[in-house]
Amino acid sequence: MSKLQNAIVGGVRTAMGYVPGNWLPGGTPDPLIERRVTLGTQQSRVDGPDKVRGAAHFAAEVPMEGLLYAACVHSTIPRGRITELDVAAAETAPGVALVMTHRNAPKMAVPPPIGLTNLKAAGNNILPVMQDAEIRWNGQTVAVVLAETQEQADLAASLIKVGYEAAVARTRFEKAKADARTPDSLMIEKNRLKKGDVAVALQAAARSVDAIYRTPWHNHTPIEPNAATIAWKGDRLTVHDATQMLNGTAGSLAKVFGIKESQVYVSSPFVGGGFGGKALWDHQILGAAAAKLAGRPVRIALSRASMVRLIGGRSPTEQRVALAAAADGRLKGLLHHGFSVKPPHSACDEAFTLTSRSLYASESFDVVQHTIDLDVLANTFMRAPGEAPGTFALESAMDELAHELGMDPIELRRRNVPDRNPVSGAPHSQSDVMLAYDLGAKRFGWDRRAAAPRSRREGEWLIGMGCATGSFPYARMPGMTVRITLDGSGHATVSSAAHEMGMGTATVQRQHTADRLGLPLESVTVTIGDTSLPFGSFAGGSSQTASLGAAINAASGKLAVELLRLAGNDTPLAGLRPAEIEFVNGGLRKIGEPSRYESFVSILKRAARDQISVTGVSSAPLEMLKFSMHSRSAIFCELLVSDVTGEVRVDRLVGCFDCGRILNPKTAASQFRGGMIMGIGMALTEEALFDERTGRVMSASIADYHVPAHLDVPDIDILWTDIPDPRTPMGARGIGEIGITGVAAAIANAAFNATGKRVRELPLTPDKFLFA
Amino acid sequence: MAIVINGTNYPLPDDPRVSLLDFLRERLGLTGTKLGCNQGGCGACTVILDGTRVLSCLTLAVQADGRDVLTIEGLASDQSGLHPLQQAFIDHDGLQCGYCTPGQICSAVAMIGELRRGDPSYVTADLVEGPKGGLRQEIRERMSGNLCRCGAHNGIVAAIEQMLNGEAP
Repeated sequence: MSKLQNAIVGGVRTAMGYVPGNWLPGGTPDPLIERRVTLGTQQSRVDGPDKVRGAAHFAAEVPMEGLLYAACVHSTIPRGRITELDVAAAETAPGVALVMTHRNAPKMAVPPPIGLTNLKAAGNNILPVMQDAEIRWNGQTVAVVLAETQEQADLAASLIKVGYEAAVARTRFEKAKADARTPDSLMIEKNRLKKGDVAVALQAAARSVDAIYRTPWHNHTPIEPNAATIAWKGDRLTVHDATQMLNGTAGSLAKVFGIKESQVYVSSPFVGGGFGGKALWDHQILGAAAAKLAGRPVRIALSRASMVRLIGGRSPTEQRVALAAAADGRLKGLLHHGFSVKPPHSACDEAFTLTSRSLYASESFDVVQHTIDLDVLANTFMRAPGEAPGTFALESAMDELAHELGMDPIELRRRNVPDRNPVSGAPHSQSDVMLAYDLGAKRFGWDRRAAAPRSRREGEWLIGMGCATGSFPYARMPGMTVRITLDGSGHATVSSAAHEMGMGTATVQRQHTADRLGLPLESVTVTIGDTSLPFGSFAGGSSQTASLGAAINAASGKLAVELLRLAGNDTPLAGLRPAEIEFVNGGLRKIGEPSRYESFVSILKRAARDQISVTGVSSAPLEMLKFSMHSRSAIFCELLVSDVTGEVRVDRLVGCFDCGRILNPKTAASQFRGGMIMGIGMALTEEALFDERTGRVMSASIADYHVPAHLDVPDIDILWTDIPDPRTPMGARGIGEIGITGVAAAIANAAFNATGKRVRELPLTPDKFLFA
Repeated sequence: MAIVINGTNYPLPDDPRVSLLDFLRERLGLTGTKLGCNQGGCGACTVILDGTRVLSCLTLAVQADGRDVLTIEGLASDQSGLHPLQQAFIDHDGLQCGYCTPGQICSAVAMIGELRRGDPSYVTADLVEGPKGGLRQEIRERMSGNLCRCGAHNGIVAAIEQMLNGEAP
């Protein structure tokens, strides 16, 4: 992103500073914050029965007549050219219908990248797909085989012989640092932040810490592999995909194949886990191209080995954090620098320094990050991009500083939490991280923590407690659109090309719509999951609930106008303006005058209408530019570290979240827990092993990339402050990603408390405690 | 030469390479059984073969010749109804995306049998006395072959625990 973007965002922010808050979206707090009926209550998932019966259908499960199965052959060098390509044996193998290579692949354009300004694009790896003999990363697809069965396709793929002429490749992180670039902006923020003089503050500080923290490559590892079932009908393309970017995928595929967006239909009613890894990658493009060549539908379901070659992961990071503090713990200087991998063909920032710009007040700041260009598959967003590795570094450093000061880590944070954004001066929309700490500490029993490391032991096990702050910014996407259709029986159907990958999208928006329109839950249906529905922005950035919420709110306003118009003069509502009425009890009534009421059923009946439909759109999210809007959490961990083997066992986790109002405690608790469990994996076991000599990912199976299993996961206590954010739809902020943030630091801090060893490199494998 | 799947006989596939998983999903359209890793690492494809849980991706269809296969589709006594454990998963929110769920449930149904039989596990404290059925650690150890990436572990364990403490499945 560019200087131009910085200028535009900066300009709007400045302008917003002068605009009264009540002029903005959410200027008047959403009345649903006070008027909740089903919101805030425990509701089981509406799709639960289908999911537990195996009746929810995923992308690779759509039946099609004459389906062919795809298998991929991947390059084994990181950079160079294909010099030999022998496909004869594969082409004559039983059941084979097509072998596609760069020699016969159709002409295709480079996919347009994911961007915050173009919601009709979902490309991740912005390179030509099978258009030439060039190899650009180790694992690039060099051939696709289509056969009548998967077994036949897999066998034929193994018969293809490829020869290469290797070129020099950049595959070493350390070496590439010398050529690192410094982008002008990160997401929508300026990259470089300098305020005051941190170097002077570090020299003059009563206490300071200065250390390097490292996090490795991570893979999303959803249990449903990336997969698509694809068919062409003339020049119309149908893709049953596993995606968290329906309209983005449709828009990108249209550009790739030179057709109109309206000629692409993408369906994805259920996604078997996304976490950032399910947007557009090469396999959907290759599958569609092969289907076009073969003239038959194709299923391309990636093997785990193909997934690590074709679906990018979270970039590794190397971060330096230095903190300077006065004797009372107040921060005099905060430095956060570092590197991550982001080749030019990647669209995604790993913005690990963002949290450091808002979490603590400091007299001086020096924050900037650099990107490293390697010949690798593009990195991408993974749950809490930036914040997940960023909070590991910052919150480990805060723990180190507390130890240096001889101060309780919670007290250190209390002394540094700002009352407004410490850099821009923008007011918080709502923020009370210390309440989260207080509630969490009480539940956890923080007062039982021994401050001195290595104080508690049971047999071979050293026992420790730690805490850390988690953080994730609020986001609402513009353009998210819903249609509300109200029928003659008073039933409302809400539809949008939104996504369900476990968040409970339909469940929560059904509650929202019921409360918004004054209907019982049974009178609302939510339909999501394909591009025949009104435009949906992506399921990312923890933005979908707020975006859908704003769109439903906007549509409800239009519905009121339309209903008043239909009601005409022969109604108790006659003469009222939309601002004077409210939705209640399956109808409209005048605010403060309950007798002036008419039901939806009656209004539609008198107007002789079977149904009415309105659409609403999420407006420009100006609140994000006027206010400092972040969710925060306080994470607590108690764990055991074996003094013999170095093994870490997490015994207890408590997370207390300050995320605005909680809409459905049942599904929300699950999302928080889910994020925290991914945090356990990040802390203890997850590491995609990358061979720096060859640029090849070595952990090419689920057995080699260790996600938490049941025995790794203790009971996790979840609490929340439940304070509404007056600037957001329903008073809620997104909750999908914050769960993972802060967890790795809380675990590392607890491990320090247990052992006295400070491990600054994830994951916390036993060797790091034994030999550190 | 037939496999009995949820009480119905099906002829064996022609190709002996076909896994039980692919046979169910691609040949019979029984897609409730999920393909996760196709290498025995994730447990999403778990089905019950003659009362014992197996990974259908590591079982050739021909190995199931003449045997009884129970899949998620056959678990409830009637088609629209739910097995009590399926209901418990919903009640405890033991699922999010729902992709690992059928494997978790099939695995748990057979695992409850193993516990009741007294089969010890890695975490069984006293091998002579046998496992204590309702202990969460026993459930966790025995369910560790079924990965969940959304992080529904607490709800899954709670659902199984409720099942163990309540009526026999």
